[in-house]
Amino acid sequence: MNLHEYQGKELLNSFGVRIQRGIVASTKKDAVEAAKKLNNETGTNWWVVKAQIHAGGRGKGGGVKLAKSLDEVESISNDILGMNLVTPQTSAEGKLVNQVLIAEDVYYPGESETSEFYISVLLNRSSGRNMIMYSTEGGMDIEAVAEETPHLIFHEEIDPKVGLTAFQCRKIAFNLKLTGKAFKEMTKFVYSLYTAYDKTDSALFEINPVLKTSDDLIMAVDSKVTLDGNSLFRHKDFISLRDTREEDPTEVEAGEYGLNFVKLDGNVGCMVNGAGLAMATMDIIKMAGGNPANFLDVGGTADAKRVEQAFRIILKDNKVKAILVNIFGGIVRCDRVAQGIVDAYNNIGEISVPLIVRLQGTNAIEAKKLIDESGLKVESVILLQEAADKVAEVLS
Amino acid sequence: MSVLVNKDSKIIVQGFTGNEGTFHAEQMIAYGTNIVGGVTPGKGGSVHLDRPVFNTVSDAVSGVSANTSIIFVPPAFAADAIMEAAEAGISIIICITEGIPTKDMIIVKEYLSDKQCTLVGPNCPGVITPEEAKCGIMPGFVFKKGRIGVVSKSGTLTYEAADQVVKAGLGISTAIGIGGDPIIGTTTKEAVQLFMNDSETDGIIMIGEIGGQLEADAAKWIKENGTKPVVGFIAGQTAPEGRTMGHAGAIVGGSEDTAEAKMKIMEECGITVAHSPAEIGKLMFDRMNS
Repeated sequence: MNLHEYQGKELLNSFGVRIQRGIVASTKKDAVEAAKKLNNETGTNWWVVKAQIHAGGRGKGGGVKLAKSLDEVESISNDILGMNLVTPQTSAEGKLVNQVLIAEDVYYPGESETSEFYISVLLNRSSGRNMIMYSTEGGMDIEAVAEETPHLIFHEEIDPKVGLTAFQCRKIAFNLKLTGKAFKEMTKFVYSLYTAYDKTDSALFEINPVLKTSDDLIMAVDSKVTLDGNSLFRHKDFISLRDTREEDPTEVEAGEYGLNFVKLDGNVGCMVNGAGLAMATMDIIKMAGGNPANFLDVGGTADAKRVEQAFRIILKDNKVKAILVNIFGGIVRCDRVAQGIVDAYNNIGEISVPLIVRLQGTNAIEAKKLIDESGLKVESVILLQEAADKVAEVLS
Repeated sequence: MSVLVNKDSKIIVQGFTGNEGTFHAEQMIAYGTNIVGGVTPGKGGSVHLDRPVFNTVSDAVSGVSANTSIIFVPPAFAADAIMEAAEAGISIIICITEGIPTKDMIIVKEYLSDKQCTLVGPNCPGVITPEEAKCGIMPGFVFKKGRIGVVSKSGTLTYEAADQVVKAGLGISTAIGIGGDPIIGTTTKEAVQLFMNDSETDGIIMIGEIGGQLEADAAKWIKENGTKPVVGFIAGQTAPEGRTMGHAGAIVGGSEDTAEAKMKIMEECGITVAHSPAEIGKLMFDRMNS
């Protein structure tokens, strides 16, 4: 589960991580109030207006701007709120901005130069342990750094028996070439950051940039926080942090019906049981000359009702020119799925796109009979290759 | 000889008396699997499905000499169940449970590092050695006995592959569903190693998906050490970057996670790669007869 920048920062701060302070606002009026309040609390005379959407690269799309007066806070907030922000990580249509974070200016001049770093905490899947990945090259696209200057990216793996150690925190601060007060600040920053990651059962923290201010404070200027969805039963208070406005509405609806659905851009819808077979079905649609319109795993307990809901969800996409149902029945009985297809046809009314149904495994013969005798215009096939051939045929 | 489970395995079910545990225990018993009992804390001393229920895995080991366990307990308690089985001396632990927090699995992995046991899963369909033992949730009738080993991250895609293998005139020695989570017990490479050393397996099918390095690790090992033909498939060639596709581990984070990158490494390592999931069985047949 992804959090907004402001939510992530609040979470980090509650574990003692120093952050660039800010107040979230949904209207330009609130934005000005937030700026005034921030001025009172921090003394900042400049403000950064930051669009809050679940995607990186916001600055490149014009979603992060510096305001040097309250008037500018108002006008910039007015521009950003309600815009469809397009970044390298969003679709071409962009994402609607519902909130802005009014943040203090932390790049103020002082005794030393400011500098930026990159720090993330994540699972190293190869070792099955968490690691801290960090770099002197902050504020840049880390994938590009990894490509061009891999020697500037460091890793520190955490032993689950002892957690993050003091010497590891020092090593990180040394590798980031810090001294004096900034060195101490960094060790504290890293330790608090890892503690927050551990205590919140998170799946990913990415802080880019981590800033050393001109007075040698270390703070998180941005935050990307992903919580482990499987851990939410231990953190009931986090559930309210979910912002469904950031998700595809069809995906949210599918989730409510227990369907695992991911919206894609293609022209052939598919309904499958099992994640692996669902991905393989998408692949075969592509090979047959189509493009998958979705990923949809109806799960291990697909019954007639769920199948009907799945149809309704796929049919919401008017780009869908054909639907392929691919069920390998194990525990799921094919005849029940077949009944769901017949029910869907009867209940939804006119389904104008061709339907290719492949039901294999438990009670497959009964299922085919049920479909054949229903009189529905359904292409019923047995083998996966036949399903692919039919997809190619209906698209041509 | 066979891989992981056979007719002599003494299998217990952890989460025996729950809905899932009961349903699948019945199915496994009907298949002919040697289920010798089960564990449900607090119900020790009772009888369920004509078999004894124990309070702890240790009791089941001393009571009915259990050496294999299949776990159906809910995600919040599953990591604890795996560690209990390992501590009690169970040698094969198969965890079906889906949705275990990654943090719990980090601890499990560390805990198991000095134990003499093999974990399969979690979030997997289990292991089947046809006509001997079905230790999982797969439909048994699909897996006709033969000499092809199958290792896969996915459930239904394993059934699909097994079905194709059988229709091609071959059969299955053992099929291992290793699971689709970011942290799992038995890896693709370890499963392949088991099959390479198994006298009842002549060919191997390796099914992976986007995300992680398991298939690449296995492919590199096969290149150096492989002695049997291997056919591979990677699901998710059309999956978009940065989206989790059903399985928690199935996500393209970087360029090495893609189906394309994995298939390339596999081909370079001498594995016959199926580009379409419909040709897995046929390619295996061709390799066995060439």
